[in-house]
Parts: sequence; structure tokens; C-alpha cells
Amino acid sequence: MIEEKFDAIVIGAGMAGNAAALTMAKRGMKVLQLERGEYPGSKNVQGAILYADMLEKIVPDFREEAPLERHIVEQRFWMMNDTSHVGLQYRSDDFNEERPNRYTIVRAQFDKWFSKEVQKAGALVLCETTAIELVQNPQGKVMGVRTDRKGGEVHADVVVLAEGVNGLLGTRAGLRERPAPENVALAVKEMHFLPRETIEARFNLNGDEGVVIEAAGTISKGMTGVGFIYTNKESISIGLGCLVSDLKATGQTPYGLLEAFKRHPSVARLIEGSEVKEYAAHLIPEGGYNAIPQLYGDGWVVVGDAAQLNNAVHREGSNLAMTSGRIAGEAIFQIKSRKEPMTADNLKLYRKMLDDSFVMKDLKKYKDMPALLHTSSKNFFLTYPELIAKAMQTYVRVDGVPKLDKEKATVKSFKSARSLTGLVGDAFRFARAWR
Amino acid sequence: MVEPPKVDEPRVEDKLFQNRYLVDAGRPHVKIRAHIEPSPELLALIKICPARCYELNAKGQVEVAPDGCMECGTCRVIAEPTGDIEWGYPRGGYGVLFKFG
Repeated sequence: MIEEKFDAIVIGAGMAGNAAALTMAKRGMKVLQLERGEYPGSKNVQGAILYADMLEKIVPDFREEAPLERHIVEQRFWMMNDTSHVGLQYRSDDFNEERPNRYTIVRAQFDKWFSKEVQKAGALVLCETTAIELVQNPQGKVMGVRTDRKGGEVHADVVVLAEGVNGLLGTRAGLRERPAPENVALAVKEMHFLPRETIEARFNLNGDEGVVIEAAGTISKGMTGVGFIYTNKESISIGLGCLVSDLKATGQTPYGLLEAFKRHPSVARLIEGSEVKEYAAHLIPEGGYNAIPQLYGDGWVVVGDAAQLNNAVHREGSNLAMTSGRIAGEAIFQIKSRKEPMTADNLKLYRKMLDDSFVMKDLKKYKDMPALLHTSSKNFFLTYPELIAKAMQTYVRVDGVPKLDKEKATVKSFKSARSLTGLVGDAFRFARAWR
Repeated sequence: MVEPPKVDEPRVEDKLFQNRYLVDAGRPHVKIRAHIEPSPELLALIKICPARCYELNAKGQVEVAPDGCMECGTCRVIAEPTGDIEWGYPRGGYGVLFKFG
């Protein structure tokens, strides 16, 4: 389809792909980027929160042009049972700063803007083009990709696989496994539209301030899963995700869980009267450090969700994607500048640079967390939220029962639900996985 | 047939109706291997698919109609390893087109 050979081909125009393509194009490399959607963003789904620091390292003045929704001044964590929630709430006016730290975004709009930056830097972006397979020489070196376009082969020194969680090219070429059901969560999300004054009144906001809520508890019916509510300018993103292996085992439907979450009395009042304009679904890599595949080889590197680079504990993903894309681009540019070939030995530099960054350091810190939450999901997502909610109600309800009796009843309910060794064991395992 | 959703549950079809799709008529991107008895993996897809693309037919076999597919890949993760389904992406430009994402 295109005769000329490129320095690099980037597969996908999501966060990781755009970061990689922009990094290389800005340095004068000849970059081709392929995107299967009609426009960049049309296949991408996220909550979505954008972390400014990681984007600043790629587009320093992004705040002037990028479509941003609200800067986040308040974070709520909810532990829910069926009728109530116990919340932790952090709100600070410090977040009303000149260069805010976090924003909510709408991915389809943000990705279009990000892609324009990539194009301005000189990369060739081809949409409506699905890459079918990697082209490899007999020694296995990746030489380019085959696409679904007429005469569809294109060639480059290196291919950056930013193909997302379902990356087919990498698995078809045997470079990595498809994600296992216990290493991915299925999230469903709806966009609820409301007048901005209504959102600001309901969430106690001024102007472009925003609130995000992360929620766990009985809403996931004992499965490893969380719900989220993010405020945008004139809409609310609301969704819920559970591990695919758990959904498969329980036979719960994702939309059934989302509907129940929306009906919860703590949630229903926030979205009441809204108009729903989109329903989306997406897989989220949850396997953490232990699920990270081989990240480079002869003529290829893998970045972002395709490389399982997601910090499930802190709900960070797009920033790891952007950073891995940027680092891959920088490593490739270094190798090219030295006029060296894109061999596995040279591309090891990408892994080394990633290891030295927060991406790998954070993922390594929580390497035992996915397994812990998975094996103890009933305790963490069902038993404890119920117990804590009950304890809170006992504590605040004034009914003539002496306080000492209330305390004893609460301690007894915890012990009978989990036993003392169970409680200490969970606390110990949690602390060890956190460390 | 699969039991219909409870009365107070909005139907998935109504949810999908909000979305924009460009269907590649006659070229489904997900295919099911012909079977007499569905495997547990195929049966699981009836519940887990967020677009409810999988249904049991009158003969007790699982059928797929991927027109409303959101390309999440959950069915691939579950049923591709067992060979029950063939999974790919739609041709460039086709399939779901998220306005917000």
C-alpha cells in the first residue's frame, strides 16, 4: 500500500501509541501510525482521569489546547453495602492551582486532539486501517505489518505495538499470550448528561472543579470489582468493572451489576433525571507486575495496555500507557541516533529505561496485590464492607443501648464473620502486599 | 431460550441503541464453531457479554450476532483458548464508533 519504508510503525492511536508516535516524530523520525477506528478515539474507552504530569512530559503546554473536562479537587472512596456507604473524602483547595494535577476527560475528544499533535509533528496517521499481522523475516525479526488495505503491507525498522489490551498482532505472532480471565476486568460504563449547574450543585462544585468517586463493596457481589463516578462538565461517567474470571464463575451480567449500582440510594440521587447517551465496555489489565509480558524483541516493542502496564491499586493506566509510549520512543530514537539496528539486544534499552521509571517501580511495589484481592475477594468486597457499614450504623444510631454493649456487639460480629486469625491474617497479607 | 431480564432492568438493546455503529454487513468479526452441545465457555458468554451478542437458539446451541459488539474482547479471553470462537477485529472503520469513549 505504501512503498516507502518508515523508521517506525505505531499500531494504535490511544494514549500509548500517540505518546510514542509524537515522541519519535518530534525528533524527526519518519513515523507511520495505524488506527482501525474512523478517527482516533473512536475505539477507545476509559473512565476517564488524566494525570497532568505524564502528559506535560510529552506536550508541555497541553492545558492551552487539550479538551479537558474538570480539574479534580475532591476524591471520595466509598465502601458500600446495599443501603449505605462508609466514605473517605479528601477535598483540598490546593487542587485549585494554576496547573492542576488531575483532570477528567472524554477520551474520544481527547484522543482526537492528541492525534492532531502527532500529525502536526509530522507523523503519517492512517485511520480506518486494521493491522492484521506482523510481517517477520525467516529469523523472526519484525519487518512491518500486513493491513486490511489493498496491497496492505508496510515496512519499518521497528514496530511499536500500542494495540491495547486485546492486542491481536502480538499474540498472533506468538510474542505474548492473550490475557487470562483472572488478569483482566470487564468494565461497563454509561455517559449520563445533566446541565452543568445540576452537576455542580449535586457535587458541591464551583466552575470547573470536579469530584471523582471510587466505590467498592456489595455492588460487586463478592467479586473483585469496583465502581466509579466521575464528573465531567456536562456529564457524569458512571461504571463498574469486575474480574472476567469472577464474572464467568458467578454468571452475573455486567449490565445487571451496573443497573444495581445506579439504583443504590447513594448513587441514584446523583444521576437522577439524566439523559444517557452512550454505553461502553472495555477490558482493563489487572494482572500487574507478574502479568507483564516480554516487552521487546527483534524489530518490536510493546507499550501500554498491550503490555499490561496498569496500576490497578491506584486506578492508574493512561499515565503508564503514555509514559511507556514516550520511553519506547526515546529509546528507539537513541538507537537510531547511534545508527544501530533495531535488534532485541539494542531495544533492551526500552526495558531498562522503563525499569528506572515510576511505571515499573510502582507495579513492582504491588506485585502481590492482584493475587491477594483475587483469592480473598469475598472478604474484601463483601464481608468487610457489610461489617464496617453495620459498625458505623451501630455507632451513630442513638437508641438507649449502652456504648460498651455496642462495642462488644461490633467486635463479636467481626470475629464471628472472619475469626480472629482470619482478621489478623487478612490484615497481615494486605500489609505485606501493600509494602 | 434465555430467561428475559427482570422488568425493572432496561434491556441491553435499549442501551446499545444509544451507540453509533457501522456494521460490516455479511462479514461478522466473531464466529462460533459449529457445535451440538455448547461448552461451559460458550454458555458463559450468554451472561458475560456486555452487549448480549450471544443467545441460545431453539436447538440449545449458542449463536452470535455481533452487530452490537463493543469490541471489548471478553469473549475472546474466555472462549478463544478452547477453540469455541474465532475472534478478530472488524475491518478498518467498521464496528462500534464511540462518541465519548
